[in-house]
Amino acid sequence: MKTGKLSAWLFVTLAVPAVILALWTLLAELTESLYWPSPLAIARVFPKAWLDGRMTEDVLPSLVRLALGYLCALAIGIAVGLVVGSVRRLRLAVEPVFEFFRAIPPPVLVPIMMLIAGIGDGMKISVIAFGCVWPILINTVEGVRGIDGVQIDTARSYSLRRRQRLLNVTIPSAAPKIFVGARQSLAIGLIMMVISEMFAASNGLGYNIVQFQRLFQLKEMWSGIILLGIIGVAANAIFKLVEKRCLRWYLGMQSQER
Amino acid sequence: MQHVEKHPILSVESLRKVYGAGAGAVEAIGNLDFTVARNELICIVGPSGAGKTTFLRCLSGLLAPTSGQVVLEGKKVEGPPEGMAVVLQEYSRSLYPWMTVYDNVELPLKAKGLPAGERRTAVTEALGAVGLSSSTKAYPWQLSGGMQQRVAIARAIAYRPKILVMDEPFAAVDAQTRAELEDLVRDLWQRLGVTVLFVTHDIDESVYLGQRVLVLSSAPTFIMEEVRIGLPDERDQLSTRALPEFARLRTQVYELIQQAKLVTYRTERPVAGEAVSHSV
Repeated sequence: MKTGKLSAWLFVTLAVPAVILALWTLLAELTESLYWPSPLAIARVFPKAWLDGRMTEDVLPSLVRLALGYLCALAIGIAVGLVVGSVRRLRLAVEPVFEFFRAIPPPVLVPIMMLIAGIGDGMKISVIAFGCVWPILINTVEGVRGIDGVQIDTARSYSLRRRQRLLNVTIPSAAPKIFVGARQSLAIGLIMMVISEMFAASNGLGYNIVQFQRLFQLKEMWSGIILLGIIGVAANAIFKLVEKRCLRWYLGMQSQER
Repeated sequence: MQHVEKHPILSVESLRKVYGAGAGAVEAIGNLDFTVARNELICIVGPSGAGKTTFLRCLSGLLAPTSGQVVLEGKKVEGPPEGMAVVLQEYSRSLYPWMTVYDNVELPLKAKGLPAGERRTAVTEALGAVGLSSSTKAYPWQLSGGMQQRVAIARAIAYRPKILVMDEPFAAVDAQTRAELEDLVRDLWQRLGVTVLFVTHDIDESVYLGQRVLVLSSAPTFIMEEVRIGLPDERDQLSTRALPEFARLRTQVYELIQQAKLVTYRTERPVAGEAVSHSV
């Protein structure tokens, strides 16, 4: 029974990708297009393109910059969001500004940041952090604002101290919203990581994809795009794992209400 | 059997609360004046819209009164007092869903600065007293409504309050659970020697539980009448409710509440004299 379920699950998950790959391979082999190499050809160049040194020279630095930028955005977004969300007047005053900054597509900041922060790692991390911070910040503010009045009254009537209230009431109560923001930011972070490397860089995933394109190594370029997809999926999986651990109460409560 | 002490644990003195100012001002509490003796179980009952919520928020230091004061153990209440624990009607919102039952009960004790060992004893005892020893690791939302309210009660008694204030605590649970919880409150009150101020809109409940029932008027609130409940101390759901005295008292309270509903319309502001003459 159990193996039956497993194979059914495998079938449902893999059927569509398999069909897409098959069609892609078929069309590519038939047309022999230079721009749309077959998956088999891409798979053949993949080890040479990435596993021969580029993993540590390019992919790893990209991921480190992504991680640093994203963590900065998390720290700043949550900290500022907690303060702004707790003070009503402050929130009303700054929320429109946040909305404006969020509305600016973060890639346009790359040229300006290059002027200010140069073209090193600092610029790239700043660009990633700047793009990621707004959804986290805005959602944290929303989460803190939305705390149930009864929960606050309870904390007050038992004279919880500021620190206890923050750690035991405010943050956990806002956590589901914070995670919503953090998830949006993760996707933005990945985009910013690649874009910051396309403008000016000497290494990184985005830099290499552009280089391959310029040298007309299209199979290698495609392999980079696929690698990016894999990284995105992996980052999301890690995120889900963390979310599941931190929001166990929330997910449990939701599944019970259904 | 009971006598009014010289030094009541709680006294509410000329309490008045007006929301807003000028022409749009709404007077929620007209004038409240009463005292609660140590170890007393007092019920407060009133028609819906009697400003009970406003009164309780003033009492528990969450809302500043317009004039008058609340004095708990000789100290004027100016913020949430340490010697008071409040059990609210909305158990599902007052318990923290991200904490287990145990952690919910323990949190106020941490705020009080109790060392870990004492906290453990207090939490275990309190959960035992409400019959929840086996659910310590569950989350509140995994429990039934009645059990959640037991957790809220455990949290309140673990806090070792001088006075336990309950705001329509059983309004949202089913009738059978309600009867059980009423007996639990009487039992805890007798065993722990805590003072209980129990607010309800249920007339039978107020008569069944209390030693004394204060009947409130509609807003702007004052005390219509104080009813002494001369029922035996040992009460149970069947025999106590079957007593002729019980029927007489519930009729009396019922009539007072009907009267309270009518009184509103002719109540101009200065009802203070009337309220004083009826209060303790």
